[in-house]
Amino acid sequence: MKDRASLLLELADDELILGWRNSEWTGIAPFLEEDVAFSSIAQNEIGHARALYELAARDLGTDADSLAFDRTLDDYRCAPLVELRRLEWARTIARHWLYETADAIRLDALKASSDPEVAGLAAKMDREETYHRMHAEMWLERLLATDEGRRRLEEGVRELWPYALGVLDDELRTRFQAIVRERLPFELPDVEPVPRGRHEAELEGLLGEMTIVRRSAPVGAQW
Amino acid sequence: MVRGLEVTEAAVWEALAEIPDPEIPVISLVELGVVKDVVVEGSQVRVQFTPTFMGCPALETMRAQMEETIRELGAEARVDVVMDDSWSTDRITAEGREKLREAGFAPPAPRAAGAPTLVQLRSKAFRCPYCGSTETRLDNIFGPTPCRSVRYCESCRQPFEQFKTI
Repeated sequence: MKDRASLLLELADDELILGWRNSEWTGIAPFLEEDVAFSSIAQNEIGHARALYELAARDLGTDADSLAFDRTLDDYRCAPLVELRRLEWARTIARHWLYETADAIRLDALKASSDPEVAGLAAKMDREETYHRMHAEMWLERLLATDEGRRRLEEGVRELWPYALGVLDDELRTRFQAIVRERLPFELPDVEPVPRGRHEAELEGLLGEMTIVRRSAPVGAQW
Repeated sequence: MVRGLEVTEAAVWEALAEIPDPEIPVISLVELGVVKDVVVEGSQVRVQFTPTFMGCPALETMRAQMEETIRELGAEARVDVVMDDSWSTDRITAEGREKLREAGFAPPAPRAAGAPTLVQLRSKAFRCPYCGSTETRLDNIFGPTPCRSVRYCESCRQPFEQFKTI
């Protein structure tokens, strides 16, 4: 059984890194509405990360910024799915939909937690995530509506499937597999999940960019 | 203010009701429903406050404004940010909703039993704040801030911002 801080850090790292990846579409998405959407989703995810780090920091006797920015690469607990830097639209939508689907299952479980702080935070996050899920579903429909869209989505989902399976623990993964297979009109194989704790090469570059300002300023700098 | 004179909870609520939302200044923090609780203990005032959206960039601004306002009443202030499930758009007051509409933001639809759905967002249930028509369509789930969607009125051909139901 994981302690509370470990559980919160996994979730916070997922939201921070995915928020960062989503923000990479700002200004270069296929059209303006998606610049706005992915920027807004990024802002929400990073807001969730902040609240989760704050709660974890209380348990660990540190502060949220230290958890977000001062750990070494090996200490990050995010799922490799969120680390991937695949700036191709259909893959981005595939990841978005797979992540939001997994995240909904995780939030449902956390909302039922006997820890009122965790349950309250999860419920507040879920109110916002509802709109991320609608956005992901809208794009899934749109891509599935044409032959080319469907082909490209399928390629993306197949590539990301082992990664998506690594987002949730064993006890929630079965439900995730069932929901994905029910919704998608193509078969997906039984494969081994890409587990947390392993990192993709792309994460190093992201952490370097994300922490450059903090590393360049003296410790304790006031902003 | 004379030191030592006790401030009342009503006076604090009244003062906080004068603070505008930093992003939509037509509505106050109290009308927005984000002030959850005010407790006065002697010369100490404790405020519990929940942001609308967790990534709200105006969080620190609002906290500082509330603390400043309370200090002006002659009391010591502590504003705690509470991240729980106590805020929903249903907490926006009737006056607040009317002010939003007058300023061109369609107020949020009441929250039904379950979470909002894409089917609802695509339905004709949303009224244009300019002409009152419900012939409006969803343009983008997301908008200029996390709390707003963008819709388009087919009747007066005007895009408008729709407060999300949260």
